[in-house]
Order: sequence, then C-alpha cells, then structure tokens
Amino acid sequence: MQELIATLETQSDPLPGAAFEPAIVAFVCNWCTYTAADLAGTSRMVQSPNVRLVRMMCTGMVDPKYIIKALLGGADAVLVSGCHPGDCHYINGNYKARRRVKLLMEILPRFGIDSRRIKLTWVGASEGNEFAATVNRFAAEIKELGPIDTRRLPLL
Amino acid sequence: MPSRIGVYVCHCGTNIAGRVDSEGVARFAAGLKNVAVARDYKFMCSDPGQDMIIKDIREMGLTRVVVASCSPRLHEKTFQKACQRGGLNPFLFQMTCIREHCSWVVADPVEATAKAKTLVAGAVSRVNEHEELYSRVEAVHPDVLVVGGGIAGIQAALDIARSGHKVHLVERGPSIGGHMTQFDKTFPTLDCAACISTPKMVAVAQEPNINLMTMSEAVEVKGYVGNYTARIRTRPRYINEDRCTGCGLCMEKCPKSVPSEFEEGLAKRKAVHRNSPQSVPNTPVIDPASCIYLVKGKCGACKQNCPSEAIDFEQQESFLDVQVGTIVLATGFDILDPTALTQYGFGRYPEVYTGLQFERLNNAVGPTGGKILMKNGQAPESVAIIHCVGSRDKNQHEYCSRVCCMYALKYDHLIKDKIGHQARVFNFYIDMRCFGKGYEEFYRRVQEEGVTFIRGRPSEVTDQTLSAEEDGKLIVVAEDTLLGRPVRVSVDMVVLCTAMQARRDASEVARIFGISQGQDGFFLEEHPKLGPVSTATDGIFLAGTCQGPKDIPDAVAHASGGAGQALSLAARGEVSISPTVSWINPDICVGCKMCVDLCAYSAIEFDERRKVCVINEAMCKGCGSCAGHCPSGAAQVRHFNEKQIFAELEGLSQNVPLVRQPAGVDHL
Repeated sequence: MQELIATLETQSDPLPGAAFEPAIVAFVCNWCTYTAADLAGTSRMVQSPNVRLVRMMCTGMVDPKYIIKALLGGADAVLVSGCHPGDCHYINGNYKARRRVKLLMEILPRFGIDSRRIKLTWVGASEGNEFAATVNRFAAEIKELGPIDTRRLPLL
Repeated sequence: MPSRIGVYVCHCGTNIAGRVDSEGVARFAAGLKNVAVARDYKFMCSDPGQDMIIKDIREMGLTRVVVASCSPRLHEKTFQKACQRGGLNPFLFQMTCIREHCSWVVADPVEATAKAKTLVAGAVSRVNEHEELYSRVEAVHPDVLVVGGGIAGIQAALDIARSGHKVHLVERGPSIGGHMTQFDKTFPTLDCAACISTPKMVAVAQEPNINLMTMSEAVEVKGYVGNYTARIRTRPRYINEDRCTGCGLCMEKCPKSVPSEFEEGLAKRKAVHRNSPQSVPNTPVIDPASCIYLVKGKCGACKQNCPSEAIDFEQQESFLDVQVGTIVLATGFDILDPTALTQYGFGRYPEVYTGLQFERLNNAVGPTGGKILMKNGQAPESVAIIHCVGSRDKNQHEYCSRVCCMYALKYDHLIKDKIGHQARVFNFYIDMRCFGKGYEEFYRRVQEEGVTFIRGRPSEVTDQTLSAEEDGKLIVVAEDTLLGRPVRVSVDMVVLCTAMQARRDASEVARIFGISQGQDGFFLEEHPKLGPVSTATDGIFLAGTCQGPKDIPDAVAHASGGAGQALSLAARGEVSISPTVSWINPDICVGCKMCVDLCAYSAIEFDERRKVCVINEAMCKGCGSCAGHCPSGAAQVRHFNEKQIFAELEGLSQNVPLVRQPAGVDHL
C-alpha cells in the first residue's frame, strides 16, 4: 500500500518548475449554461482552457456521485451550472441540484476535500459573458487553491 | 464485442483548424481504445463530410461514431441523420464541441489542441457505452386549445379554425376582445379600436370550428404533445345564453350599481352587466358578488322583467374535459397599479389617471361619451403625460413596455384634436422609442402639432403650490435633462403611462401548463430569437403579450406565428417523441418512492403489485430529477446514464496528459 501511494505521489506531483494548471470538470445543463457557453464561444470570449464541459440535460440529473467520481478521477474541481432559479427548463431541476450540491459541500470536507472545489452557479442562456467570467474566476480560484490531494487520500 | 469507433475531426474551414491542430487531434484519436478509424476534414457537416461517415460505417463496419466539431446544438441532428443513413442507430453517435468551447475561446494553440484532445477522449470513452434507442411516434389530436380571448387569442383561434381544425377558445371574462376593446383609437393610424376588433370578435362567434367558452378557465392540463387533456371550469353567468336576446332590459332594471372594471373604475355598472353592446357573446352576466338576489335571496328585478325568461339563478359551476393536440396560450398582460408609486399621486389626486383610464375617457361609449373631461366636468387646459411609469425602472420593471411612447403620442394628438389647439400637452419622457412601421412619422406629426416634450423622469406630482399661478393645479416636478435644470409644470390633468406586466396569476398558469416564466414574469419562449412562439414544453405555444409587452400588430403577428406552429403539428398528425427519458430498473428499485414526489411531471407511479416505481414514458420529459436522486441507482435517464457519464469522465481525465506541464514546453 505504501508503495502504491508513493507511486501515485510521484505521478500526481507536477513536474519541477511547472505552473499548476488545474483540471476542472463542469456539469452544465443543456438549456442554459451549455447555451451560454456556446454564446461565449460565438462571441469569442477567451476563457481559461482548464474547464471541460460535460453536457447534461438538467443540473437536476447530476448525481452527487458524478461529482465525486470526477474529483477522485483527477479533476481538481467541479463546476455545476444550470438555469437561474425559476427558469429551469424542467420546472425545478435546478433546485434539486442546489440541495444536492449543498449537502455534498458539507460532506466532502470530512473526507479531506475542500468544499471550495465544488461550485454551483446559475448562468442563463443569454449570459455568455457571465459564463466566461465564471470559468475564469473559478479556474483562478482553483489555481490559488492548488492541486487536489485525492490520490493520497486514505479512502482510496 | 468491442465497439468499432469512427472519429471525425472537423476543421470548420479555419474556425477550428486556425487554432486547433485538427490533424493532430485525429492522429491522437486513432490511438484511443476501440477507435477503428480517425479522420479530419475541412467541413464535416458538408455532403462529402457526411458521406465520409456513411461510407466508413458501411465499409468498415463502424458501430459507433464521434464527431468533434461545432456545438451539438447546431449539428447533432445533421450527424445523427447521417449515421441513420449509414445504417447506424442515431443514438450510437456522440458529438463533442471543439469550436465554441475550444478553438474560439482558448488563446494558445497548444492549449487549445490539448483541450480538444481531452474532449475527444471523453466523447470516445462515452460512446462505447451508448445504446440503441428508438423514438416513438405518437398521433397528434387535430383540435387546438386557445387560452385567452384577447386580440392575440382571437387571431390564433381564427387562423386555426379557418384551416379546418377545431378550436376550443377559453376566455376568463364574460366577453372576448381583451384590452383592445377598452381602447379608443389605435396608433399610429388612429383607426378606431372597436371598428377593427369587433368584426374579428363577431367572426369568432360565427366560426363553426370555434367552440367559444367564456367565463371559463383551464384548471388542469394533463398529457403531452399531441395528446393533452384540459379541464375547463366554467363559472355561472346566471343568464341562459341560448335564450337571451341581448336586449339589455335586465341592466336597465337592476337596482344595484358598483364601480365598473371595464371602465377602470371611472363609471358604475349594474350587478347584471356587459362590457359594451358589441360584446361577444352579447349576453350580460350577473356578478354574484354584487347581485342582491344572489347575496340576500331577494330582488329578482331582472328575472321579473326579462322578456325571454333567460335569467337562471340556479346555474352552477361546470367542468368540461377537452382533448386537444396542441395549446396556444394568449393570456395577455396586466397594467401595473401605480398606487405604489406614491410620488405620482395616483389615487390621492383625482386628476391623475392611468393610460387605460384615459383610453376610457376618450372612448365614445366610455364614461364621458368620448369627451376628455375632468371630474368637475370641465375640459383640462393642460395635460402632463408621464412616460415609463414602472417601466425602465429598477424598482419596478427593468424592461421597456414598448407601447407607452406610441400611445402617449396618440393621446397628445387626441388632446389637441378634441380640446383644441390651445390645450397644452407636456410629455415627460426618458427616450422616445418609435420603432414600428409609420411610428416615427407619427412622432414627427405630433411634434408639429405643438406638443411639448421634456426629457426627464418626474420626481413627483404634487398639489403643493409655490405661487398663485399654480393654485388649484397639479405640479409636475422634474429635471429637464437636456437643459440641465429643474422644471415645475402646472397642469390640470396627469396621465401615467403605466407599465405592462405579467398577469398576477401567471405563475399559476405556468404551473398548470408546465411552462416557465422569465425573470420579468412573462412566459419564457424557447429561444429569444429563433423560437419566440414555442415554449420548452412541446406542443404549447405562446401568442401575444403573455410572452412580453407588445403592441397590437406585434401581438397579432405573434399569435399568427403561434397558430402556425400549432397547425404544423396538427396538420402533420403525428409527432416523434425523444426516447431519452428515464427508466427505472425493476430489479434494482427498492420501492422507496423518493422519485415519485421528486418528479415535476407526475410521470412516476408506484406499482403496488411489484412494489417498484415505474416511469410513464409518455409523461417523462427526461429531466433526470429521479436519476440524480435515486439512492439505489435504479433510475437512469437513457442516453445520460451512469455508465455513460462515468465513461465520459474517465475519458476526460485519462488518456491525455493532464495539462500540468512546465510552461512553454510543447509536450504534444
């Protein structure tokens, strides 16, 4: 086991002198934030390349285990973003996401994962600029926070 | 059997290839697990690009396809159809966006290429887990429900009925016609509102394909596109529509008078009343809240005098279920109540009117017989018209109500026309917005009639006078922002151009029909530009001001658009329903019923015999509320299931060197 952890440590450690570039997974809903991301693209709003989108139909379908899986699989942070409250394409899926993410933010720190590594935002379909700003802000925050430690966590 | 995946990386001219090394991405993809072929091409969406996919499916026996190009919102359908033409189920396809989310937004070509590779790896990993799915085809009921009988609802109902389809037109009030029947003239042509709206109202009454239900509301809607069942509640009118001849004797004899809603409180009506003699239907209605007989059980003056024995106090509320395929919502707008804006003194000073009240003052059948008179019976010598009351105001509504500038100009003209040129008119405006056909020309005409325009939103309307000249007048205090100095204008009458706002029960209506509201409270269209009449709920369309403030031409055009959309579904007769809905694995479900309450569409039922929850696929919209919550993982959304998401996450995080590299080193 000790050996395994040692190998993992060398793997996950950045190369000497490297600037830390976080890997961020974003679960975004098809109707609002994904559309906003398209709009940000069409409007050529330069964004940090660290965020990779996973298109969901609704944030309400983001099972907390998807977030955990992403974090354990190497993502330094997870963004969940959907329609503004009241605007959900599926009536109230985003409220369900809000509850789940809130619970997750309480539970994950007990396993050594900083709750700042999860973020829930509302970005409407017409808010391309807001999307780009959210991505850049979050990437900067995670750069500040440093790489995730999941590979060294005892629960693995 | 492992899948055989074809990966196609698009250059999109230089849109992608200008930043992302598309060839390099294809070479990288070729090395991924299960990838049989990876190619790059200048325009994948072009015919040769699609043919390339079709040929590879047929000749190389591909079982999965991934395209890395623009957003799936643009071309997912294009490529799905190409797969289908090649003989592959369209759901064995995955698209990843390396244009909007990559080449256009990542500045550095190395980083952009690395991100594109990551996204492709995610898509390739995910597509392995895709399953064949088949869309259902459902019949569309040919009838249409139109909710709301204002000008938009009338237009939509007539358009649909004239195509030969049956329309159920539901109107909450006693007559159709809506707000337009309250107006006097319409801008900019100064057509008389009644002259142009009443023929349409009569056409509705005479149209055999329209089932007009007044005093009625939709209280419950069940079903899905093509097969809606709407429960219509009809309140009693207390007058038998079949017997009533509309003679109006009951209204003459009724002893009880109350303020009239139709006259915006400026006049009284009887307990048995009708908006105007041109109402459709022209049967009066007895208001149960003010009728002496219905309240106290004594009176019956109308009943004794009715020559056709039409009065029926025994009428009860009734319910009717109608089957329709599509629904057009035309529920209209409310006028903002300016009482809350206390600085303008509405309700405090009798000579402060709302725009709609002023319409009634101008209307020939209104309280003053069409003369602009103050409450003392005199014509005003000067009138101030305050624009943007509650509109363009962060404290009320941020949006522009779009009609006020124009009806204010109409009032300017009418005041000059009816009272005479000596009448002074002052417009307090923020910006003049005269955007429609013939609107700017009308603005110019009114300017030339000698109307004063003062740019500035008044801070208050007061009767606190500073000089003898101001005595007995209302003083509008404002800043003239063009002159940069404060002004005090004393006038006899003030008209407030109050904002159009969403109906006060819009949220209830949205809930009944399963649609959403925007932040301004109006119903949310599917797309602000390219889907302004459809909603996110298939088969439910919007018409007129329930979607946002509109003038009459726009409301009518919007309604015709909604009618056209409803008709295209009704005329086709069938609709294809996406198979990407939820499914609960009965072998895993423990019957906890958590999902039943979570489902916003009541699409989950509990099977008492098997003790498991079951999805009604016809009702399910595929939102995944159940899948996101299910503690045992039994509920899964097809095409977005756990395996597929996990595979995508694995693809995104593995295979590709994480971008943790020394700056400036090209590791690719």
